[in-house]
Amino acid sequence: MSGMVRAGGLAARSEPTRASEVRLSVEQVSYAYSPNPSQAPLFTLEATSFQAKPGEIVAILGPNASGKSTVLKLIAGVLAPLSGRVLLDGFATHTLPVRARAQRIAMVQQESQLLFPSRAWEFVLQGRHPYSRALHFESDNDLIIARNALAQVGAEHLSDRWMDQISGGERQRVILARALAQQPLLLLLDEPTLHLDIGAQVDLLEGLRRLASENRYTVVIVTHELNLVADYADQVALMQRGRCLRVGTPAAVYQRELLEQVFQAQLSVELGASGRPRVTVLSQTP
Amino acid sequence: MRSLTLGRVAMRCALLGAVLFVVIVIALKLGAVPVSLYALARALVRVAIYQTSELPSDYRLIIFDIRLPRILLAVFVGASLSVAGTSFQALLRNPLADPYVLGVSSGAGLGAILAQVAESHLALPSAVAVLLTPLGAFVGALATIVAVYFLGRREGLVDSNTLLLGGVITASFLSALIMFLLDTVVGRDLHGTAFWLMGDLSTTQQPIVSWIVRFGFFLAAAAIYTTASDLNLLLAGEKEAMHLGVDVRRVRIVVYVAASLLTGLAVSVSGAIGYVGLLVPHAMRWLFGSDHRMLIPTAAFGGAIAVVIADTLARTVVAPTELPVGAISALAGAPFFIYLLRRRLA
Repeated sequence: MSGMVRAGGLAARSEPTRASEVRLSVEQVSYAYSPNPSQAPLFTLEATSFQAKPGEIVAILGPNASGKSTVLKLIAGVLAPLSGRVLLDGFATHTLPVRARAQRIAMVQQESQLLFPSRAWEFVLQGRHPYSRALHFESDNDLIIARNALAQVGAEHLSDRWMDQISGGERQRVILARALAQQPLLLLLDEPTLHLDIGAQVDLLEGLRRLASENRYTVVIVTHELNLVADYADQVALMQRGRCLRVGTPAAVYQRELLEQVFQAQLSVELGASGRPRVTVLSQTP
Repeated sequence: MRSLTLGRVAMRCALLGAVLFVVIVIALKLGAVPVSLYALARALVRVAIYQTSELPSDYRLIIFDIRLPRILLAVFVGASLSVAGTSFQALLRNPLADPYVLGVSSGAGLGAILAQVAESHLALPSAVAVLLTPLGAFVGALATIVAVYFLGRREGLVDSNTLLLGGVITASFLSALIMFLLDTVVGRDLHGTAFWLMGDLSTTQQPIVSWIVRFGFFLAAAAIYTTASDLNLLLAGEKEAMHLGVDVRRVRIVVYVAASLLTGLAVSVSGAIGYVGLLVPHAMRWLFGSDHRMLIPTAAFGGAIAVVIADTLARTVVAPTELPVGAISALAGAPFFIYLLRRRLA
């Protein structure tokens, strides 16, 4: 199955993807989580739909426990939807074999913890794993791809550093580089800005914007950073308690009443000079 | 950036192989009857060129019929325990994991004793009867690691501390069962308590059993080696490994079955030798890095070297009597375990 779509992963990458075609299609996806099948589910995700093209950044926004991460896991294919489907270039993501999935979808999670430390370049090389066979030793090609991935996130100088001896922002870049080394079609990020200072946050989003347009990745990002998203995302999906309330451009979704109701806070929304909305928290409701 | 190549792995293995050879030669020399290095070299050369008939008969008896089989057994027991420990540490994401600490060795011991009890009640043909003890040990080891794994799981994730406690408790429970069985059902005639609880290589094994241990080692170690790069990714957690294309369930099954086979076979011929599977992988990681494509073969050599040395000490330091080899490994391993534990808590 995987061979049909992208033989060897590398060859097909060089073919330009038409910008008009939909790459990721989330179709009426729902999910229910219950620790015990006989009980009522603790958490339900109601039918959620949106589509994304190559080069687009989609942000999933919402308060805690709104189902953002669940949507991301459904897209990643690690959870099987209760109904509906997530299609990536026409294939349902959760039915793809693990390896084929890792060749198409890269996930950047909140800080990964290492049991035994490794150097940054070794860590990035792990991204080549989906393309290797058992007992495989990395080829020169793998090394070039890893080096390029580090260069793309501006972290070549970190190559020989140990992963546990670099700053949070630097580590986040190396983790992103590993995802790039997977040469994915779809780049998923789960709260990547969580432990970053504001400068590093802007750097990361700036980098993602550039990578998305250069490499034609489709990027889906889960985050709490309303204003960063407003500046960098093409589409926003706003979620609350397992429901997707609205999908659209930041300007279309950032309505004051809607955001206030979702985030339970007094907000003001203004249009910035760039035409992008800007959210300010006025005060906390008691 | 200098990535790992097959050549570099082979180089390190050749180096460790040479060290192992030297250690074996020294171990052959040492013992109750002194043998000069010159005589030993002459004997080895004669064996190498198939002139065994020219060997003095007392030499042949001491070196080739008594010391060499025991040393070879030590080689494979050490390699087995060390590879099992290496893979447990990666799969359970716990630097303190080891077949002995996790209770897997005790489970194997209990399985082996139960198999021996069953064997004495079933009138089996001897060819089958010989296989029963290793099989029992394997089943005992597998059942224990599965039980400990589930004991250590909390909300779907392996919790390091719970796992370790679960293993320690399981080990002491199973050891108590072993003592009980040895005293009541079996009688102490089968093997000594020290054999099962501390590890001991002094029992002479039937040649067929030695061959099973060797064959089983190569089979199981090869199976584990096919998952080497998966284990590298598993160090970062099961979820992350899955996103990088690791079939976590398959790796878990391969490693649990293969590591149980390694532990079971080792325990069925040597009892529960502790800390080899803990100490050696860490030493190798420190020397050669934590890439499992390098670590698994070097740990095999390292384990072999460690147990041959430990067993040589066990039979020489208090000569003419012997210590159980497990006493030597525990003397070296227990302080090291405490050091690792303190460092992790720090």
